[in-house]
Amino acid sequence: MATMISVETVSKTYASGPAALTDVSLSIEQGEILALLGPNGAGKTTLISIICGLTTMSGGRVTVGGHDVITDYRAARRLIGLVPQEIALEPFERVQNTVRLSRGLFGLPRDDGYIEETLRKLSLWDKRAAQSLELSGGMKRRVLIAKALSHEPEVLFLDEPTAGVDVELRKDMWDIVRDLKARGVTIILTTHYIEEAEAIADRIGVINKGEILLVEETAALMKRMGQKQMVIELQAPVDAIPASLAKYDLSLGDDPCSLVYSYVTQAGRRPGITALLSDISDAGLRLRDVQTRQSSLEDIFVDLVKEPRA
Amino acid sequence: MNWWAIAAIYRFEMARTWRTIWQSVVSPVISTSLYFVVFGAAIGSRISEVEGVSYGAFIVPGLIMLSVITQSIANASFGIYFPKFIGTIYELLSAPVSFLEIVTGYVGAAATKSLMIGLIILGTAHLFVPMQIQYPLAMLAFLTLTCLSFSLFGFIIGIWARNFEQLQLIPLLIVTPLVFLGGAFYSISMLPPVWQTITLFNPVVYLISGFRWSFYGLADVALGWSLLAILGFTCLCLGAIWWIFRTGWRIKN
Ligand SMILES: Nc1ncnc2c1ncn2[C@@H]1O[C@H](COP(=O)(O)OP(=O)(O)O)[C@@H](O)[C@H]1O
Ligand SMILES: [Mg+2]
Repeated sequence: MATMISVETVSKTYASGPAALTDVSLSIEQGEILALLGPNGAGKTTLISIICGLTTMSGGRVTVGGHDVITDYRAARRLIGLVPQEIALEPFERVQNTVRLSRGLFGLPRDDGYIEETLRKLSLWDKRAAQSLELSGGMKRRVLIAKALSHEPEVLFLDEPTAGVDVELRKDMWDIVRDLKARGVTIILTTHYIEEAEAIADRIGVINKGEILLVEETAALMKRMGQKQMVIELQAPVDAIPASLAKYDLSLGDDPCSLVYSYVTQAGRRPGITALLSDISDAGLRLRDVQTRQSSLEDIFVDLVKEPRA
Repeated sequence: MNWWAIAAIYRFEMARTWRTIWQSVVSPVISTSLYFVVFGAAIGSRISEVEGVSYGAFIVPGLIMLSVITQSIANASFGIYFPKFIGTIYELLSAPVSFLEIVTGYVGAAATKSLMIGLIILGTAHLFVPMQIQYPLAMLAFLTLTCLSFSLFGFIIGIWARNFEQLQLIPLLIVTPLVFLGGAFYSISMLPPVWQTITLFNPVVYLISGFRWSFYGLADVALGWSLLAILGFTCLCLGAIWWIFRTGWRIKN
């Protein structure tokens, strides 16, 4: 597959504050969905802003479709559609007009047929004559997507498309993304929800404190990151794990009255909790309580930083 | 050149004007009429003529300049400040457009609006005082250049401003006084000699003088200086805007 976006040792330090990006290198393949996963302040928006021309980089080089984003910015930007994190729309302008503006800005002649198609696909056609200020938050976000798609881009950036969006709309958003992928659009989206990255991304790039920690195929990464733990509290202390339970990935908990069971939840993989619980009772241990916890994004970062990088 | 982008920006900005067309037209008509009532009637009854032109007719070019300069700055500064304020500037910055195209679109729209207002005021003034325009083409050229150069200046203010107060600051504190003291309502020759010299440091004097010349063939300063002043001011603004976009000053981090 061809490389669509190449980010080479990009760094950024804002006038105020410490480095927002440190030597970030990343290569994005044509037609893939890449999720940039990282907590708030990780540098996701900064990275996108640099690629799209909103922010100047302090060092490094970025190309899109082989075009340098600085020296050959026209060719590079023509390929890109950007849906920003913050909703920003001219309040009194009508939906259709703002979408037309976007298309014109990207150097294309007016094409009401294409705009109609885009608006219909985003369920915005009924709202085409509405002023932006009359729209709900979810609708506004769709308008931003329509604007980003107005010039038929080959690359689409979605900066936290589902932050603060209700569940139904989130599912819609995912459908839109999959549909675009099917049409060959390269998609980069940022999120701080692991589940979201897992649900739609082909690859996941994990970013924290301005550094890319790794970029990996989603399935492979989820195997490592999507760990769950079940803490089994017992009525009496145990000193060692009974031999009959050796086949489970069990360890002694911090509390002498507890055992910790680690497992991975993934579609098609049964963790075998039922069997474990019945084996525990067969081993003569009596349960007091059971709780599960999923590793949070923060835990995962701790793990990733501890692990030697591939 | 990305012509479609220029056209798109221009059309989008003009749409704002059409949305508020009644305010845009009615307010200059009312304020012009007020000036005529106050200056024309009150002062004109004491000063009947300035250099052979009736006072009412004499103030028309200055009055148009006052409105056109104020309007150009207000339109252009708001035009670019607003996208910055509401965040829609992201689209401009991420589009394949050069600073020249952005400026052409925004400044073109702002200048068009103030040119329209200038002509409306001219029409309104015509209802109050009989007057003739000796050099109509020169008049239009001066008017257009003034609209353009002050729209450029307004564009700079819009980029510089961090809040709505700053947006008003320069027009209020610097431009309006300069216009009032620039001979909009009097001839420089009516001032004491010392003030005549001081006034020559006011760039607006050159604009008003040149514009008035196109009406009545009367000028406070030589026509060449007027042309030079307005062209120089335009170049200065263009240079500043070129620098702003090259460095991303107040628009990019
Ligand atoms: N305009 C700015 N000026 C100064 N610092 C900024 C600016 N934008 C972002 N930062 C800082 O850069 C870091 C990365 O921010 P950002 O890219 O917005 O992260 P994310 O999108 O991952 O939440 C943060 O520490 C943030 O405070
Ligand atoms: Mg962000």
